[in-house]
Amino acid sequence: MDILGQLLVSGIAVGGVYALIALGFVIIYKATSIINFATGEFMMIGAYLLYTFMVMTGLPAIPAFLLVMAGAALLGMLVERAILRHMLGQPTISIVMVTIGLSSILMGLAELIWSTGFKNFPPLFPRAPIIVGDIIIRSNLFWGFVIAMAAVIVFALIFKYAKVGVAMRATADDQMAAFSMGINVRNIFTLAWSLGAIAAALGGVIIGNIGGIQPTLGHIGLTIFPVVILGGLDSIGGAVIGGFIVGIVENVAGGYLDPIVGGGVKAIAPFVVLVLILLFRPYGLFGKEDIERL
Amino acid sequence: MNILSVENLSLSFGGLAALTDITFQVRAGEIFSIIGPNGAGKTSILNCIGGFYKPQQGRITLDGKDVTKTSPDRRAAMGLARTFQNIALFRGMTVLDNIKLGAHARLKTSLLQALLYWGPAHAEEMALREDVEKDVIDFLEIEPIRKLPVGALAYGLQKRVELARALAMRPKVLLMDEPVAGMNAEETEDMARFVLDIKEERGGTIVLIEHDMDVIMDISDRVMVLNFGHKIAEGTPEEIQHHPEVIKAYLGEKKN
Repeated sequence: MDILGQLLVSGIAVGGVYALIALGFVIIYKATSIINFATGEFMMIGAYLLYTFMVMTGLPAIPAFLLVMAGAALLGMLVERAILRHMLGQPTISIVMVTIGLSSILMGLAELIWSTGFKNFPPLFPRAPIIVGDIIIRSNLFWGFVIAMAAVIVFALIFKYAKVGVAMRATADDQMAAFSMGINVRNIFTLAWSLGAIAAALGGVIIGNIGGIQPTLGHIGLTIFPVVILGGLDSIGGAVIGGFIVGIVENVAGGYLDPIVGGGVKAIAPFVVLVLILLFRPYGLFGKEDIERL
Repeated sequence: MNILSVENLSLSFGGLAALTDITFQVRAGEIFSIIGPNGAGKTSILNCIGGFYKPQQGRITLDGKDVTKTSPDRRAAMGLARTFQNIALFRGMTVLDNIKLGAHARLKTSLLQALLYWGPAHAEEMALREDVEKDVIDFLEIEPIRKLPVGALAYGLQKRVELARALAMRPKVLLMDEPVAGMNAEETEDMARFVLDIKEERGGTIVLIEHDMDVIMDISDRVMVLNFGHKIAEGTPEEIQHHPEVIKAYLGEKKN
């Protein structure tokens, strides 16, 4: 029983962080219908930015953190304005290839700027683990979870209530109608890329704080992909629940099965669940069912 | 007074001429209808006026300002509203949210302000809601359904919600693309009455595309007829019904 509780709690904590990164995918997809395969690299850049501001320029944590968000917003904006805007109306596969190419470019840039060596943030949180009853949570994971959840709530509130959020939902629903309502759809695209990049970069900072930073940090984006598909590409609530499911499945399956089969289950389990769920709900748990009216 | 003027408008897609040298003026406070057989270019004209198609030639003036090069969202902010042939409501939202979005074009707080300062944006939002309730929801008699998601509504009601959303923009000119298409007799009658009320009670200007000739002849002040992208006639419903070119376009030429 103890071990299950421990695994569940770790799963939820990791899942919260996954949820935030999944939002990076969802926000961009919702507004622009583009799956950003460079989301993992946005995370990696976010982590390196924090490293740069804190270690190389010696800023305190909070201003550095805010600068990371500004930097990520700028990165998202640049990518949209300089590259994706010109891809409007091109086939989906071309746009997907562009984002995959972008991920390689960002990774190469990171190696050039920060070299390939392993880096760490200075300690951001008190080192002592959080202990509740028999359950122990590593301090970095606990605080990472808290920050991720706060960010997820802020994003959800923006989408639900702020005028920009409503405009983004409208754009996602019907671009021509959104234009006709006086919504500047191009600005909404830019904004979606900025917000998506911020979500990814914050996720990257949290992951980097837990596991250290290197140019391949973005590969975790691959783990997040089941989260996004599971929840439905265009659902914020789905991203959150998908995040928790994947976090829990990963930890519980890994915890029980790894000792038996000798490891590796943690990496596979989310994909098994993904395939199973997609068999029954091809549009994800909460995704929009595309109804064609004839 | 002309509130909308289209001069020498020509539009082609590659080698295909969709519109050729179309000129017409819409007067403030009238219902101006555009009719013509399928593929005559009616919706293309609305898309040019709305800013979605870039005509190769011609000039479009809205309320005295040249808008030929203006983006669709700017034109909307200048007082151009639109309903679509295939309902283009925001399906994930409620009726009220859809309508409020129409009114958002009128809000003064910018997007960034709305993101950063909740206070003033919020106050404006509340005033807007009250305004919309009185002005649009009561007028179109959709009070009982305003909290429902639009996807759940019957077709005729969805069309009415789309009209409500356009009216919430307080447009100077309202473009309507086939407002009664696919409606039953009762729904058609309701819609025709609302369109007439918009003109008579609110002094609205409407540009209407429709295939239902009874509705067109009943409510239009003036009618323009297109065929294969050319304007073939313009006049009162009475004049149009007896215009030889129009009869030819609709019924074909008599063989002797």
